Parts: sequence; C-alpha cells; structure tokens
Amino acid sequence: MQEMTLTPVTPTIRSRPVYAPLEPRAGRLHLIVADGEGAEAVAEMIARAPDAAAMLGAAHVIYCPGPNGTDMADRLAALGAAQFFRAPTIPALLPRLQRVLADAHMGTQFYLAGTEGLIGQAEREIMATGFPVGAIQKEHRGSTVRRVQCVHCKGITENVATDPFRCSHCGLNLFVRDHYSRRIAAFQGVNIDAEDPGKAPPPVVRFG
Amino acid sequence: MSLDFKPGEFSDFFRDETFRGDFTYRNSPHLIRRFPFPFDRDDYMYAVNMEPHVPGRKGTAFEHILDVDEHYVAEMIDRAQVLAEDPLRCQSLPHMTLAGWDVLEFIMETKARDYPHWFTLERDGHRWRWINRPLGIDHSFTFLDESTLPYGPFEYITRQTQGDWTLQDERDGTLWMDAGIATSQADWSVDFDVGMNFHEWHAPVPIAHDLGVFDRALKFLLKLQHGAPVRRFNWTMTVNPLLDTAPETYPRWGPMRTTLTPENMGELMHLRVELQSLYRLPRSNAIAFDIRCYLARFDELVTVPKWARRLHRVVRDIHPDLAAYKGFLRNRDMMTEWLSRHDDGAPTSPGWWPED
Ligand code: HEM
Repeated sequence: MQEMTLTPVTPTIRSRPVYAPLEPRAGRLHLIVADGEGAEAVAEMIARAPDAAAMLGAAHVIYCPGPNGTDMADRLAALGAAQFFRAPTIPALLPRLQRVLADAHMGTQFYLAGTEGLIGQAEREIMATGFPVGAIQKEHRGSTVRRVQCVHCKGITENVATDPFRCSHCGLNLFVRDHYSRRIAAFQGVNIDAEDPGKAPPPVVRFG
Repeated sequence: MSLDFKPGEFSDFFRDETFRGDFTYRNSPHLIRRFPFPFDRDDYMYAVNMEPHVPGRKGTAFEHILDVDEHYVAEMIDRAQVLAEDPLRCQSLPHMTLAGWDVLEFIMETKARDYPHWFTLERDGHRWRWINRPLGIDHSFTFLDESTLPYGPFEYITRQTQGDWTLQDERDGTLWMDAGIATSQADWSVDFDVGMNFHEWHAPVPIAHDLGVFDRALKFLLKLQHGAPVRRFNWTMTVNPLLDTAPETYPRWGPMRTTLTPENMGELMHLRVELQSLYRLPRSNAIAFDIRCYLARFDELVTVPKWARRLHRVVRDIHPDLAAYKGFLRNRDMMTEWLSRHDDGAPTSPGWWPED
C-alpha cells in the first residue's frame, strides 16, 4: 500500500534527495511540515506510531495545499496535534517554520511530506539552523512539478510541469536538467535553444 | 572596468591578449610544446587517472607545482572582468574561512619559492608582506585577520592565481564543495554546486558513475595527506579561446559553436585541458582542488605530429555520450574530417610528451 502511493522518482539523479516513507521516531518535539497529498503520508505515519496519542501531544503540524490544489487541511487538523497551522502557500508557510525552528531543541524530529518544492525549502530552513540531516525524514507525495532555478538569471520558477518551459523571470526557453541543489532547493534550468535560436522543441508535460 | 591591480612589469614575458571580443589569445610558437596534452594513448574513456603531483620536466607545464605561464596577467584581468559582472562566481560558506587562509598561505609560499623574481613573501610572525610584481601588488596584512585584506582570503589569493579553485570540507565520509571560484570552467556552475557533496556535484557526468569511477576516486581522496598532492587531467573542446564557459553565460557563448566551418576549424576550435591538482590543507583539513585551464587551437596542436595523429583518433572514436556531455557532438564529424588530414596513420608512442 505504502509503496503504491509514494511518488515514483527516477532513481538516476544522484544529486536528488532520497525519499522514503515516514517512520514515527522517539523525540521531544515532532515538527511535521507537509503540503497537498503529504497529509496522507503524515496520517499513515501517525497511525503506525506505537503511542499515537503521545506523539500527537508533542507534535506541531504545519501544512499548506499542494500546487495541484489538493487541500487536506481538515483531515490533518482532525488528527488532534498539539499545534496545527494551515498556510495558503509555501512562501506563507516558511516564516512560521522559521519561528518554530528558532525555539526547537536538539532531539526534535522532523517529518517532511508532499512535493519536492515543499520538502526542499523546509529542509533548507532546518539545515540552516544546524540540525543534523539524520533528524530529517522526507516522503515525496502528490504532484511531481518541479521548482527550477534558471542558471542564467537565477530566478526560480515554481511548479514547472513541462520540459522545456519559459523562465518566469527572464523569458528564456529552459530545459530541466536532472541536477538538484539542496542549498537552492531547486533543479537547474538551462537555455535549450541557445545554439539554435527560435528552434526550441515544443513543451511536453513531464512533471504532473 | 577598473582593475584593483596594476599590471605592466615584465610585459615582455606576459602576453597582452584577450579571451573575449577580439580573442587575441595565442600560444607563442616556441611554447606550444609545453602544452599539457592530456592523451597518453590513442583512445579515451573515464578512469581514476590520478598520480602524485610532483615537479616534472623542465620547460613543461609540470616544472613547478603551480605553473605561472605567459597568459597569467591576461587571465587575471579576465577573471576580474567576470567577477565584476557576476560576483556569484566566487562563493565561500562561513565555515570555510580557515581553509581560505590555508590556501592563501600555500599559494604565496609556493609562488615565492618557485618564482622569486615575480613573487615575494616576507613574514614577521603574523605580519606578512606580499609582493606580486606582474600584477603590481605590494600589500602588508595580518595573517588570519580578514579585516586586513580587501577580500576574504580565498578570493584575495585566487584573484591572483590562474585556475579555478574549490575548497572541500570533509564530513560524513565525503567531501563537500563549500567554497569555490570559477571563471574558467567547462560549463558547470559554482553557484549551483556550492554545498553539494562529491557524488552530488558529479551527478550530471555520464557513464563514470556506473564504472565506479567516483566511488574509487572519493576513497582515494579521503586518504590524501598534507604534503603529498595528486593530479589528474580532464579535457573538453571550446570554440574560440573562451576562458569563461559558464552555464550562466551559455546563451552568449553557446551560439559560437554554430560558427564552425572546415575552413576556420584550425583557428577556432580549441582543445581545452584542465590540469587538476588536489592538496590536503594543514589547519582546516580541507582539500583544495585547483582546476587549471589550458587552451590550444587545433592549428597549434597539429604542429606536433604525434599530437595531431592522436587527437584525430581520440575525437573519431570517442563515446557519443562523452562527446554530447562535453558539448561537441554537433561538430564532431567536421572535427574528425579536419583532423584526419593531419593523421598519416603512423603508430604513436605511449605517453603524452610531444617528442617521445
Ligand atoms: C574534490 C575534487 C573535485 C571537484 C571539486 C570536482 C568537480 C567537478 C565538477 C564541478 C564537474 C562538472 C560536473 C557537471 O557537469 O556539472 C566534474 C566533472 C568530472 N569529474 Fe570531478 N571533481 C573533483 C574530483 C574528481 C576526481 C578525483 C575525479 C577522478 C576520477 C573526477 C572525475 C570527473 C569526471 C570524469 C568528470 C566529467 C568531466 C568531463 O567529461 O568533462 N573528479 N568534476
């Protein structure tokens, strides 16, 4: 069951993070950050917890709808975590996460679930505060749209579904290179028609 | 653009040339044979090609640990231009400052020892005076005190040193590229790669992962000892003598690949060789990686018969995935055709030296 809902990712991109089903762990605080279908991964993990009530009693859940519109906030809120917060978007979610991180102690467990954009940006905030990578679990669920940085103008285009696509900042036609930077939390976009101007292939939906 | 150094001295030795615009870069005819030709046989595939980095033959690029050649001053002017346009080409994460001092010390000591007529380092405890005559720099500063330098230590010294440099922190059984300067790179972005580990930044390379090259290379590097540097070659092809082939500016230089014809091949197409050397640093335990770029156009290379024959055979037989990754697949047939006119089919001797 678990494996069937986990978003399949091409295993060949060696700079891309590794995703695996979330597992409940012992911790003083459970900081859970999710978007879209990530809510299901969180609910399933809590259902597997040996003492779900205790885990929820020490859990802070931060959630926003996915880029495809999936909004499972009600279902997540109904789990009954000590704290629950719903933001409308990822950018609106990040200040809350930063504030919570400022007070988080060592011994906090981090659970990230949903799109790569959400996971990447949350992980970057957590790592910036010095928490060990080993305390962060990541499960990719839902939309596979990508967050892509234009290597030319450095602008980030969110929710890229097609390859190639037009950079939302400088307007160049970019192909999505299978190369991922955790520091930037984005894939790399490179101009596709530099050597043959105006001859970019038509966009194909590659990420849903 | 204004420079914060004053070249001029030794202008009879250092060429006044450009790597952009009118592209006046050349290798002086009597110096072509010092080019570090990277092929020791007639074919090429990725391998863990590392050997001790020890001073080599006189009159070659291997004579000194850090090679300062006739292109030094022009390369430093080009670097200053790139950095003025795009400061993201030089990055250092906060914990890498000590490694920056390590590499500053290493470069100053090495250049002052091997080229005393050009470089002088005077030390009185932590009070240092650095004289770089080709760039017209005479600067006193306090070692390990950043406030006494106009840039961080890593940027300060690499603005005066040929080659791109990266600094790797060692953690969790791998190396992390936590600082780097890249203005003469073969199409990779230091801004994108900083913060990645050894396997992550090598992710886009074809075939080599499956050959186990990176697993073995990393194992080898983790054992690198201070005072026992190693080196290896990498290479690609570049149309026009462009030092700066960054992904950032690809829309500007990529189209030059379409200007190649059989008539201008010898003039425009350059073999781009990276002589890479790796050093364990004493205080930080980081590893410094020097990627020194050498360019020679086909016309220059084919004046050496052994290199002409060999270059033809390597280009002709290279795996298409490598040609595509290196960016010359579209021109490869034309290059092979041109080079074949300089290959009489005679056998070549092993090794890369021109005369053997
Ligand atoms: C710590 C030192 C090293 C650094 C910082 C480094 C960095 C890089 C970078 C940035 C690239 C370009 C990847 C891209 O396409 O984005 C690259 C390519 C490559 N590296 Fe390394 N590298 C290091 C050591 C090594 C070693 C020891 C080997 C030994 C086998 C190696 C083998 C290669 C190969 C085969 C390529 C592909 C080059 C081509 O075909 O043009 N690297 N490296």
